[in-house]
Amino acid sequence: MLVYVLRRILYTIPIALGVSLVCFALIHLAPGDPLSAVIPEGASPETIAQIRVAYGFDRPLPVQFLKWLSHVCSGNFGTSIMTNRPVLTDVLPAIVNTLTLASVAVLFGFVLGCLFGVASGYLVGSPTDRAITTVSTTGVSIPHYWLGMVMIVIFAVNLNLLPATGMGEGGSGSFGFNWESLQYLILPALTLSVIPAGIIARAVRGTIADVRKQDFMQTLYAKGLPGRRVFVHVVKNALPSVLAVMGLQVAQLLGGSILVETVFSWPGTGFLLNNAIFTRDLPMLQGTILVLSMFFVLINLGVDILQTAVDPRIKRA
Amino acid sequence: MLRRSFLKLLSAVSLGAIGTVAGQEGALAQAKQSVLRVAMTAGDIPLTTGQPSQGAEGIRFMGLTIYDGLTRWDLSKGDKAAPVIPALAESWTVSEADQKVWTFKLRKGVKFHDGSEFTADAVVFNFDKLMNKESPQFDQAQSNQGGQYYTSIASWKKIDDYTVEITTKVVDAVLPYNLASIFMSSPKRWEELGKDWGKFAEKPSGTGPWMLESFKPRERAELVRFPGHWDKTRITKSDRLVLLPMPDATSRVAALLSGQVDWVEAPPPDSVPRLKAQKMQIVTNVYPHIWPYQISYLDDSPFKDVRVRKAANLAIDRDGLVKMLGGLAAPAKGMVDEKHPWFGKPTFQIKYDPEAAKKLLKEAGYGPDKPAKIKMIISPAGSGQMQPLPMNEFIKENFRDVGIDMEFEVLDWEALRTRRRQGAWAPENKGRHGVNNSWGYWDPDIGLIATAYSGSKVPAGFNWGGYNDPKADELAVKAKSTFDANEQAKVLSELHARIVDEAMWIWMVHDLNPRALRPNVKGFVQAQSWFQDLTQVVVE
Repeated sequence: MLVYVLRRILYTIPIALGVSLVCFALIHLAPGDPLSAVIPEGASPETIAQIRVAYGFDRPLPVQFLKWLSHVCSGNFGTSIMTNRPVLTDVLPAIVNTLTLASVAVLFGFVLGCLFGVASGYLVGSPTDRAITTVSTTGVSIPHYWLGMVMIVIFAVNLNLLPATGMGEGGSGSFGFNWESLQYLILPALTLSVIPAGIIARAVRGTIADVRKQDFMQTLYAKGLPGRRVFVHVVKNALPSVLAVMGLQVAQLLGGSILVETVFSWPGTGFLLNNAIFTRDLPMLQGTILVLSMFFVLINLGVDILQTAVDPRIKRA
Repeated sequence: MLRRSFLKLLSAVSLGAIGTVAGQEGALAQAKQSVLRVAMTAGDIPLTTGQPSQGAEGIRFMGLTIYDGLTRWDLSKGDKAAPVIPALAESWTVSEADQKVWTFKLRKGVKFHDGSEFTADAVVFNFDKLMNKESPQFDQAQSNQGGQYYTSIASWKKIDDYTVEITTKVVDAVLPYNLASIFMSSPKRWEELGKDWGKFAEKPSGTGPWMLESFKPRERAELVRFPGHWDKTRITKSDRLVLLPMPDATSRVAALLSGQVDWVEAPPPDSVPRLKAQKMQIVTNVYPHIWPYQISYLDDSPFKDVRVRKAANLAIDRDGLVKMLGGLAAPAKGMVDEKHPWFGKPTFQIKYDPEAAKKLLKEAGYGPDKPAKIKMIISPAGSGQMQPLPMNEFIKENFRDVGIDMEFEVLDWEALRTRRRQGAWAPENKGRHGVNNSWGYWDPDIGLIATAYSGSKVPAGFNWGGYNDPKADELAVKAKSTFDANEQAKVLSELHARIVDEAMWIWMVHDLNPRALRPNVKGFVQAQSWFQDLTQVVVE
């Protein structure tokens, strides 16, 4: 098992390299100049050339990439072109903010998804099942940002129950576990949770329905086990495949949602990426994407290990 | 009432009851203050070190608030174009011999927020910060942001504690306009913070009417009154100014309607009826903005023929366009608005006259069977771009009606700016006949001189299409070397009349710079400018 974990951790290195390379290439393939946002209007060709030199954009692309990579290996993720701050100074607080939002969204999404999925899986073909399937399919299909705007209009503007945007009067610095702060979390977390809730509900429904068709279920009932005990067996058998789906959803939520965070002005990684994309802030984009890809890989690893723990039939070697 | 009950109920069961009480006390203390909360369109807090990022919005909220320049825009009136007036420099003269040496007399008794005195040394320090790569205080980030304003400056030196001399590379009567956007940071604070602009950004010191108390990237900046500001008429009426980045227009409107902010920049036109119904103030005014097509004069461009240029200008139903924009625009009759001192007396009247447009196109050899084919570079969004997609579709229909077949190349905002900086002759722009890049005419250079002068081709100037008109060149050179403001305005009005008569660009509408304010926001005068003065604004 230890060897497996170590091997998986080692795999993250080529994955990180691949992600960085693809990201770097895509940014340079996109039309426009990576420095267009900072080159002054009316700048002479000499000034433009000097700015390119100052940011190292005068060198061939492979050299630029390798130089960036060598800095990253020594812990330096570069300096933002737009803000002049070290990339990590901006990325780390943004990750904390996204984690805060994603954790609550995960909670909402998993609880709702599991409740709907179990109910639906136990009542396959019934009107309740059809209603839940319709709701979860709708949840998966609704665009995040649209739902966010609708939530804002209903709960913030019309009912004036919850705040529309931000992380509170004092911002993320004063965010805490009190109502003054948590009220800012409800709308974005609910919005973010709708798609995972729908996906998980459908996954749980399918798995539960499958498990309930297995022969051993007949045996359990024949042995006279009460429904409650049978349910435990159903859950235990359904858990590994449901966990895999949940793991992917957690990783996606932790990556931050560009659209939801922008709609709610939530200062997480999605909001950060949105700014970086629009201002062509290449170091910020590369640094953020690299950190997020590492998160993604590590969370998937965590889920794999968890799967092994709950289902001894899965061998990792 | 409903919200209050809901809050009470949930607060009571909240885990952090103690924290809540503390928070409420803090909120009560703040409630006694007059706090103005502004939602910006920017996605981040502009650079705080002196030369702000985020374009005109950055200067509006993080330049003119914390800092002053040697000159400044007079933003106190809304009924005329904002002029440039003395600020940290009380007066200036230009050498009569070659007209390139400027002597600025500095204002005495001006203090930075850190208590240090503003002198000629500070001016030299700040010019070095932007332009002298060998100086320890040179800051590439500020140099980039200020680059637009110092292109004509060759050298600078201290004459005495309150006199500085600036020499320009060419005769440049526009210099005082540019100096309004070169901001003075405190040398003392920079020294105290270990000569580190990163640390200075967190604790900046200027001479402006507001002091930065704190800021959190992408979240908020809190500014407080600087009671020691040299201009006692501009001591801020509000105690505190909170700036919040909110790039999403719908979120800004929602934040205003739900009471989270007092002021939003650029509400979208379709939100205006709802905002008005909620008694919000919608403030508009003309300002030096134009939404145009900057066009190509290369051989393959139909716009090389003045008849096609005039026909395109006559084909557009500007009133219809304004209606589509909810009235938040004004029809253009040239580069500058009709009441602007530089408008002049053009003989070509820009209006909606499709029949005249058809006639001109026929004369130029085009018609329904042989439409003029053009390809325009447009963007789906961007600073000052208004609602580019529906607006361009509207104009495309107008053009089609008279015999101009327009095709689009849609690029994101930064990609469009890159292509605009490359000029029509760049290989990347081959086959493109124009670029839809909104424009400002806040100073004579960017507005008229460097757009019309044949020697001011991009990137060093703003002539994208290769416009070449000896008469316009003559007037541009004359304007650049006319130092008397009234005389200069007269020359500029002649230049403007000339470029309108030649239909240099296709001009559509002027944005009306809308912003929405809560009913209790008082004292704001919307200047005819990209910049605004928040010192007299108060939330009652």
